[in-house]
Amino acid sequence: MPAASEHNKSAQDNTPFAIRNYTPEQLREVLHKMHLIRKFEEGAEDAYLRGFIHGTMHLSIGQEASALGICMPLTEADQITSTHRGHGHCIAKGAQVDRMFAEFFGKTSGYCKGRGGSMHIADVSKGNLGANGIVAGGIPIATGAALSAKMQKNGKVVVCFFGDGANNEGAFHESLNMAAIWKLPVVFVCENNGYGMSTSSARSTAVANIADRAAGYAMPGVVVDGNDFSAVAEASSQAVDRARRGEGPTLIESKTYRHRGHSKSDRNRYRTKEEIDDWKTNRDPISKFEAELMQFGVIDQAGIAAVITAVDAEIAAGIAFAQASEAPATTEVLSFVYSEQN
Amino acid sequence: MDTQPRQLSYSQAIHEAMAIALESDPNVFLMGEDIGVYGGAFQVTGDLVERFGADRVIDMPISELGGAGVAVGAALTGMKPIFEFQFSDFATLAMEQIVNQAAKMRYMLGGDVSVPLVMRFPAGSGTGAAAQHSQSLEAWLAHVPGLKVLQPATPHDAKGLLLAAVADPDPVMIFEHKLLYKMKGDVPEGYYTVPIGKARIAREGRDVTIVATSIMVHKSLEAAVALEAEGINVEVIDLRCIRPIDHATVIASVKKTHRLICVYEAVKAFGMGAEISAMIAESDAFDYLDAPIVRLGGSDSPIPYNPDLEKAAVPQVNDIITSARALVQGKR
Amino acid sequence: MAIEVILPKVDMDMSTGRISKWLVADGAEVKKGDPLFEIETDKAAMEVESPGSGKLGQISAKEGDEVPIGQVIAYIFATGETATDVVQSKPFAPFVEGTAIAASVALVETSMVSPSSDIRATPLARRLAKEKGIELLSVKGSGPQGRVLSADVEALVDKPVPPVNKVAVPIASDTPIENTSVLVPHDNMRKVIARRLTESKSTVPHFYMSADCRLDALLKLRADLNKAAPVKDGTPTYKLSINDMVIKAWALALRDVPAANVSWTDAAMLHHAHADIGVAVSIEGGLITPIIRSAETKSLSAISGEMKDLATRAKTRKLKSEEYNGGSSAISNLGMFGVKDFAAIINPPHATILAVGSGDQRPIVENGVVVAATVMTVTLSTDHRAVDGALGAEVLSAFKRYIENPIAMLV
Repeated sequence: MPAASEHNKSAQDNTPFAIRNYTPEQLREVLHKMHLIRKFEEGAEDAYLRGFIHGTMHLSIGQEASALGICMPLTEADQITSTHRGHGHCIAKGAQVDRMFAEFFGKTSGYCKGRGGSMHIADVSKGNLGANGIVAGGIPIATGAALSAKMQKNGKVVVCFFGDGANNEGAFHESLNMAAIWKLPVVFVCENNGYGMSTSSARSTAVANIADRAAGYAMPGVVVDGNDFSAVAEASSQAVDRARRGEGPTLIESKTYRHRGHSKSDRNRYRTKEEIDDWKTNRDPISKFEAELMQFGVIDQAGIAAVITAVDAEIAAGIAFAQASEAPATTEVLSFVYSEQN
Repeated sequence: MDTQPRQLSYSQAIHEAMAIALESDPNVFLMGEDIGVYGGAFQVTGDLVERFGADRVIDMPISELGGAGVAVGAALTGMKPIFEFQFSDFATLAMEQIVNQAAKMRYMLGGDVSVPLVMRFPAGSGTGAAAQHSQSLEAWLAHVPGLKVLQPATPHDAKGLLLAAVADPDPVMIFEHKLLYKMKGDVPEGYYTVPIGKARIAREGRDVTIVATSIMVHKSLEAAVALEAEGINVEVIDLRCIRPIDHATVIASVKKTHRLICVYEAVKAFGMGAEISAMIAESDAFDYLDAPIVRLGGSDSPIPYNPDLEKAAVPQVNDIITSARALVQGKR
Repeated sequence: MAIEVILPKVDMDMSTGRISKWLVADGAEVKKGDPLFEIETDKAAMEVESPGSGKLGQISAKEGDEVPIGQVIAYIFATGETATDVVQSKPFAPFVEGTAIAASVALVETSMVSPSSDIRATPLARRLAKEKGIELLSVKGSGPQGRVLSADVEALVDKPVPPVNKVAVPIASDTPIENTSVLVPHDNMRKVIARRLTESKSTVPHFYMSADCRLDALLKLRADLNKAAPVKDGTPTYKLSINDMVIKAWALALRDVPAANVSWTDAAMLHHAHADIGVAVSIEGGLITPIIRSAETKSLSAISGEMKDLATRAKTRKLKSEEYNGGSSAISNLGMFGVKDFAAIINPPHATILAVGSGDQRPIVENGVVVAATVMTVTLSTDHRAVDGALGAEVLSAFKRYIENPIAMLV
């Protein structure tokens, strides 16, 4: 078992980046969070199906490694902007599941005090500037946050998550161009899960890889297997380091897959059951990561079972907290519209 | 502080306000198209790039949507951007960031953030710039909770409201009429603010209340002088801010004069006049009305190019005189 | 523990779902992900997959059933599990309809229609009229299309118009309407006449007395005076009518008997300083009574000129409200229509009204001899609360004296 002291200096060339660079404790924590994201979303889905959650939600089940790998090199002070499929980003950046459930249940103890719900989940104290209901809506905002970091010289890096659908919005082009000309400390992360709602990347996007578009903004473009935590963490580390050095932005394309439909009203008519089953069975990021950890002796079956037991307890406690929390008073509908109305 | 009045133009007053803001707060910066060495399309930023440097007076690419979003993101993370649109018409390109992001961010996140953003919009007709460079779109933004929308009519208010906007924790949209940029007026030196959401009684009167915005304040005052010669005594309220609206001042005035005319350059339908009229009809001032409420606004057309047509498309002094006279004489 | 099969929420605004088809029979073995049943929503039919593997049992919702979302409709049992392993679903309430419940506001609309609701009046005029107790129906609007403005109401404020109670005048809904008949909606004037006269006749105790007046001297004086009228630009400067002289005579009679020149109010008797005589003028659609103010002080030619002007403007409805509101008494003259005599209804606040018939040649007995004379019958209506019989007789005989000795009107 590689000890922490060997960190970053493995003799074996084929040892994954993550194993080389992170301690077993860190890696077990990553596994814990992978399960936490998945069980959180499954729990949210169950609560939704039972009618406890209003509106809709967009699940990222199958994309956990991407969220965690990208956030791995970030400090708590670094910032992210997220998307409508943002539960994983939120947990990866350090949010608590109890306050997330409370938000989904529309309670005052939720992160947005019941005003935002799933689509606007955020934890500003941990540097998550918020999920966004508008495709590409967060891209200019992340760029602006990076401009702040540069002007304030505070050393922060901003990660901007968006999906494959967003790369065809004008805001993508305008923002990547500005980030590049001003050398802003921002990492653009396109989580390409293959479909913008029902339209596949092949049908919507002229280039084979979205990362190819980086050339148009004179920034590095990196394609990575989004279901391979280690690969994602490696690409993110390089991009974050580059940003922190003041060399400007990077575009990472993290290729992944969502097991669930686009939203709760999706009837999955645009992809086959075989395709979905293949990703679930053969390319699941959690199974892959567990196998890797076991291969390098970071954890064993009993250890994994213990992680799952702990996560189940955390999820159950989170749901109980959300149920027990207060709903906002209808008289407070105007709170938070303006600063003086708090 | 020296507050000796002296004469400055409206654009000089804005320029001075921005200079004061840049001097007093290192987090304030300017962003816009051609606001650097060019000095801005209407020469409002002028020499500020020389005084404060290109890092704080940022020439951005022609990217209204992205640029607006950058300003939102910067405001969200501790900066205080003053964003200049080259023409208010180009706000249409940036509506996503203004309406979905800047206005709602604080609410969606349950009060955890604020967006101290100022946006400036050169607006209005009269320059022969035709349909895509002459609009008055302030009511679009006034329809969005979370924004504040200002329309200073004088150099004094242009400076004081801009400084108030910079100090405000929420996104503030300032519509500046292009024809006012050269207008001169008393402007105190140094730092002062004009309260956001407080109307100004530009002229006291007893027979009819005219609620006006921006350049229409001046047209209404001109009409008031002509009407005075006929024995009609007009009260002119410069609304200054259409979100939030100073209901109390308008209601008190209507209760006094019993008659109301709303004058604004934007298309009449669904505009400031509709809001003020409905507000009065809902208020206790309703029972004090002695005549129907009149709205004078822009015609139901794009702004035309031909100069006579262009004038015909927005209220003029004579329209105000005719309406006020008919109203006071009980002929309407 | 058995796995619950619930009716899932599959649409944003869904509170119930209809099971259109079960795809698996009760008791069959299913695998996680197998389609179990179909739900119909208003958009589409949707298959619901099995939440677990095992034997499907305890199906509690049939095809066609409408089921609330979240309700358990079956269980999946693992090997060895039985119905006793079923636990009740979690006891918290679904989000549907919101956890934050707003009090619903009932809009209560009153259907009371005030009698003045169909009058055009500004909000300020309405408010003032209400405050001053002035019936809007009685106010003539000077604004566009007769809209009552605040000034119209204010003009009435100083006048002694007592507050009047609202009187509804409904059209009986069972009034038979002939095919050839038409319903003409009431205009304001008709409503005012109806309301005021109904009120007067039903609340004022009317008392009537008649007198015959010889007109021969008056007719001669009138002819002489008209003949003597100065001519200006080819036309005489005045042309007195009998009515002008009746006005003057009645005004002088009231001056001579001031106790009759009064108005009744609940608190006190209002004694008028002058004889302000309302003269009924018939106009299209009704009548109006413009007032000759201080008629006792005015010359016949002045009364004549004023009366012509008022009558002309009355017919075109151009009178100002102060020209027809108030007054201390009134005259109604139907003599020109050949009416011999009639009794008029008092127009409050007046206490009297003089009804004037036609001047006809009638045989009269003079000094025991029957002679022909021109005679006019007048009938005085008095408000008995204000003017008693003897007082009425006194003012009526004063009037008769002036008519029969008209030269006294000139001094």
